[in-house]
Amino acid sequence: MEFVLSQPKGMDDRKRTPGQPPKTGGGKEPGWAEGLRQLYNSVVHEPLPDSFSELLKKLDRVKDERD
Amino acid sequence: MTEAHPADSDGVFKRDLLAVLPHLRAFARGLCGRADFADDLVQETAIKAWVARDRFTPGTNMRAWTFAILRNHFLSELRRNRHQAEYDPAAAERLLVMESDQEAPLHLSDVEQALRKLSPERREALLLIGAGGFTYEQAAQICDCAVGTMKSRVARARDQLARLLDPERDTIAAAPRKARTAS
Repeated sequence: MEFVLSQPKGMDDRKRTPGQPPKTGGGKEPGWAEGLRQLYNSVVHEPLPDSFSELLKKLDRVKDERD
Repeated sequence: MTEAHPADSDGVFKRDLLAVLPHLRAFARGLCGRADFADDLVQETAIKAWVARDRFTPGTNMRAWTFAILRNHFLSELRRNRHQAEYDPAAAERLLVMESDQEAPLHLSDVEQALRKLSPERREALLLIGAGGFTYEQAAQICDCAVGTMKSRVARARDQLARLLDPERDTIAAAPRKARTAS
């Protein structure tokens, strides 16, 4: 039984896509492919910089302007 | 003054938007190569997405939707400022050496530099498919192109990276090419 419906939106992008290459590190995939993912994931896993703490306030301000 | 967005759906939208920020940062960093510029793009993208939240269909892919906004914003910033995507050597320096079983370790900074040599179209295609995990169909939607075009861009980007980074293991061209960066 799958629990597709219970996944929170926006957080579920890590599920495997059928077309993705396997991560076995075997001879098939070039080394840079894993490097590219590491580059990307290293940023994904960085904590958000302080400048982003203002973002929520900005969003609220935009909301106030709209209302 | 519309009541289209009750507070709770705004709350859900905001939660989902905040959840994709790390991915937006990674995509933006890959596109432009500069952490400061990338973070500006992400913040501006978040605000654009928030303002346009009426146009988001709940239940669809927030990441794909916001990536498209970021990409369009990036391109218009490039046009406006003629800001060439610049390589930030300091950022690359901070990156770790990639662990690898290969004899010669491939440095992440090599991958980063090679990525910068791709055309913007190929770079974004490779980032979306090879790093972001999008399907060709999703990537084509994000970049507003045909699926076949996306596939072709990814294939060419892969060939080019292979030539830049694995010149001796070139599976395409028979003649080995000296493509390592000389600087």
